[in-house]
Amino acid sequence: MENVDRLGPEIVLLVAAAAVLLLDLVLREKRWLPWLALLGIAGSALWTGTFVIRDTQGTAFDGSLAVDDFSIFFGFLFAGVAALVILSSMDYAERFVGRYGEFFALILASTAGLMLLAGSRDLIAIFIALELTSISQYVLAGFLKDGRSTEAALKYILLGAISTAVLLYGMAFLFGLSGSTKLDGIAAFVAEADPGTRAALVMAMVFMAVGFAFKMAIVPFQMWVPDVYEGAPTPVAAYLSVGSKAAAFAVVLRVFYEGLGGDFVSNDWSNLFAALAAASMFAGNIVALVQSNIKRLLGYSSIAQAGYIMVGLAAVSTVDGTALGASSVLFFLAAYALTNLGAFAAVTVVSHCLGSDDIADYAGLARRSPLVAATLAFCFVSLTGLPPTAGFIAKIYIFNAAVQADMVWLVIVAVLNSVLAAFYYLKVVGLMFFREPPEGAPIKWSPPVGVALGVSMLGVLVVGVVPGPLIAAAERAASVFVR
Amino acid sequence: MLTFIVFFPLLGAIAVATLPREEEWRAKQVAALVTTATLAASVIVLTLFERDEAGFQFVERFRWIEAGGFDIQYFLGIDGINLVMVMLTTLLFVLAMLISWNIELRPREYFAWLLVLETGVLGVFTSLDLILFFLFWEVELLPMYMLISIWGTGRKEYSATKFVIYTLAGSALMLTGILVLGFSADPHTFDIRELSQAEIRDVLLPLPAIFFLIFAGFAVKLPVFPFHTWLPDAHSDAPTAVSVILAGVLLKMGGYGMIRVCVTILPGVAKDYAVWLAAFAAVNIIYGAIVTLRQTDLKRLIAYSSVSHMGYVLLGIAAMGQVGLTGATLQMFTHGTITGLLFVMVGLVYNRTHTRDIAQLKGLAHNMPVIATVMLIAGLASLGLPAMSGFVAEVMVFLGTIDKHPAATIIAVTGIVLTAGYVLWMIERVFFGPAVERWRDLDDATEWWEQIPMAALVATILVVGVYPAILVDIITNGVEPIVARLV
Repeated sequence: MENVDRLGPEIVLLVAAAAVLLLDLVLREKRWLPWLALLGIAGSALWTGTFVIRDTQGTAFDGSLAVDDFSIFFGFLFAGVAALVILSSMDYAERFVGRYGEFFALILASTAGLMLLAGSRDLIAIFIALELTSISQYVLAGFLKDGRSTEAALKYILLGAISTAVLLYGMAFLFGLSGSTKLDGIAAFVAEADPGTRAALVMAMVFMAVGFAFKMAIVPFQMWVPDVYEGAPTPVAAYLSVGSKAAAFAVVLRVFYEGLGGDFVSNDWSNLFAALAAASMFAGNIVALVQSNIKRLLGYSSIAQAGYIMVGLAAVSTVDGTALGASSVLFFLAAYALTNLGAFAAVTVVSHCLGSDDIADYAGLARRSPLVAATLAFCFVSLTGLPPTAGFIAKIYIFNAAVQADMVWLVIVAVLNSVLAAFYYLKVVGLMFFREPPEGAPIKWSPPVGVALGVSMLGVLVVGVVPGPLIAAAERAASVFVR
Repeated sequence: MLTFIVFFPLLGAIAVATLPREEEWRAKQVAALVTTATLAASVIVLTLFERDEAGFQFVERFRWIEAGGFDIQYFLGIDGINLVMVMLTTLLFVLAMLISWNIELRPREYFAWLLVLETGVLGVFTSLDLILFFLFWEVELLPMYMLISIWGTGRKEYSATKFVIYTLAGSALMLTGILVLGFSADPHTFDIRELSQAEIRDVLLPLPAIFFLIFAGFAVKLPVFPFHTWLPDAHSDAPTAVSVILAGVLLKMGGYGMIRVCVTILPGVAKDYAVWLAAFAAVNIIYGAIVTLRQTDLKRLIAYSSVSHMGYVLLGIAAMGQVGLTGATLQMFTHGTITGLLFVMVGLVYNRTHTRDIAQLKGLAHNMPVIATVMLIAGLASLGLPAMSGFVAEVMVFLGTIDKHPAATIIAVTGIVLTAGYVLWMIERVFFGPAVERWRDLDDATEWWEQIPMAALVATILVVGVYPAILVDIITNGVEPIVARLV
């Protein structure tokens, strides 16, 4: 029973997914389905909450699944992400006639996979969780069933399959070397490995990093991002840009910090991540400068943001005694989730009402719909990293971690990149506020979508002004990596 | 008290922004009221300020973020240097509201952004924690971007973007410097007061590298040649009140930061590189003045004269001594009032003639004797006529530097001649000469909201010019501990 209890949050989500699917067959009033999904998410979050109250810390299934501060942090984060995605997609999802329920069921199933991913401490469990979430996402990407959407799904599935294969290859190497699929077993091996195995270990590491980099959308494994974001339904793009990215960072923290954290190789992967971070920031920001489609712009911006997060990842290994790098990654992920979901919620409203994602159509949006424009503008200010937003604190926090890890060069690359980024973010803000709006369809949204917009904007502001509690939570979650 | 001064404008901004549409015209009244209250509060601080007491007064602090290796305080405090800056800021913002009395386009947003800007600037001047300082430093960007882009003229969006990008690039380097500085101190801290006593070691970067990373942010803002090119664009395309604030207050953030952060925390490096700062200052003064001579646009002319005048601030800082630093701070205050007044006058002229092209203006004094007279006063103050505040500040700067950097000082003094040249020539071309048919029907400054700013600024300039001790005593209080560490 203990195993079931510790898998509780995921089980609740899957049960809710099944319930949504079944009720979809019998219910006439389909509009209750998203609320049922939200109920499932709330149940899952509550279950995670009881872990905190009961002070449950431990493992399940013979050590392959962990319930610790780290997995609890992500349990809440993913529940929040899924809830915001569902709220903001309520208007948009009306176009999925005949497969309305499936949309929400797939999001629930995929979220269960994300949570599992953050808790896994075993290579096989990681792989299974990754497949659970990925396969749901492949389907979601093609959900519009038009040319663009199908192309997006196909691209995603093909590149996803290749990257998974590379990941498996790396995992097999690691298993062959260490004789264990469990992260603690691997860590024990790394701690006492003889120098002769170093080359093989680095190779395994690189393969695994490639596999995960695909999910994190890190250059040079980012090619799928703009196409998939553009073609996929907008809420799905939001979900991919936040949920799947955060889970990938969670699992990378787990694998590299817990499994490969020994001094023997940690410098190697730290340098690897630093290089990938610099490449992602530059590529993402420079290409974003010339985009004319808002979803592609957000795609490239999410590549650049992944680069910033990677800065914190690179800072992980070299700080001794504290897990400042890890906690800065966690804080950034949470701040980024709020911000990007807010931005995508606004984009979803516009793309639902106007049927267009051209940046040119955002002209004068402030006049047509102040709330949508304000949310998008505020979230862009946060992505740029200006106060008083969550993005500002997140950026300073992560750069601070990098400075303390003696990576000043990487910080300089990162801060100069945020200047580049200001160009394209402010361009859109300017367009919304300085231009007169053209004639066109009115911009309307239903109350749940308004809630999603308001919650994310307020969240970005509150975290920006009172960051203390979230930083404390991130520190606590990261403390599992302090030995 | 300080918290009230810093955040009351922000509250005012929220109030203004949430006014109902029918009450839109009240925006300016609320804004004027809010800024006046803030000015009143800062006058109270001025009167309660103990001039003989060393260290920061009116301190307000609590821990804002507690985290391993990332402790940040909410820490405000006042000493002689920033008290003068706060006075200047609160005064100019009241006048900026008055001078915007005839804004008709989206008034709620306009006044709300101006008030947000005031919070940002006052925050910069009062923060004593580097991260908090940086936060307020960045707060100022968005309001400026909006104010220039929406209510500006000419190539306004280009100028606004240029302003933001230049400032961001500078502050990006500054952020790196701040983070490295905090980590290099033993114990790690971002507290300016502790940092000025702590031992800073070169664990990550050599100390001069840290110094110039931070300096870069301030150099863009001051501005120091060759980082000044954003300034004429931003000034000339901004609406009048924003030009007043930009020239009067925002530039001072650069000079203030140099004194408060660079010189205070890294005095050793500052002294080693003082001669370079003096060289840059001399270039600033002469280059700025020469370029000013060639301007044909009234606003650009005054904008470039700011580049030249801020060179005196840098020169005073480069002196690294009691007199020089006091002179630099005083120069910041006086330049704020003088250039503020000049921009007010240009704004009044432009409101009437709708052109800033000097070639088209002529003989305006016939129709607007008051404007012409005040412009002449401002111009004379700007070129450093005795009995006006500009004279005192510049003399103090020269006295402070002459024995440390004689060459730079002598070059700088010739700048005064150039200043006299462009100021008098501009006034002659615009206001004197025979009356022109085209400008026959123009009115003088008759509205109360035009006259109050003129009167207030002229009075300030004269009072400080005749009795400079009123400010110098206060500034000395702030400068002394810094100088003590420079010896």
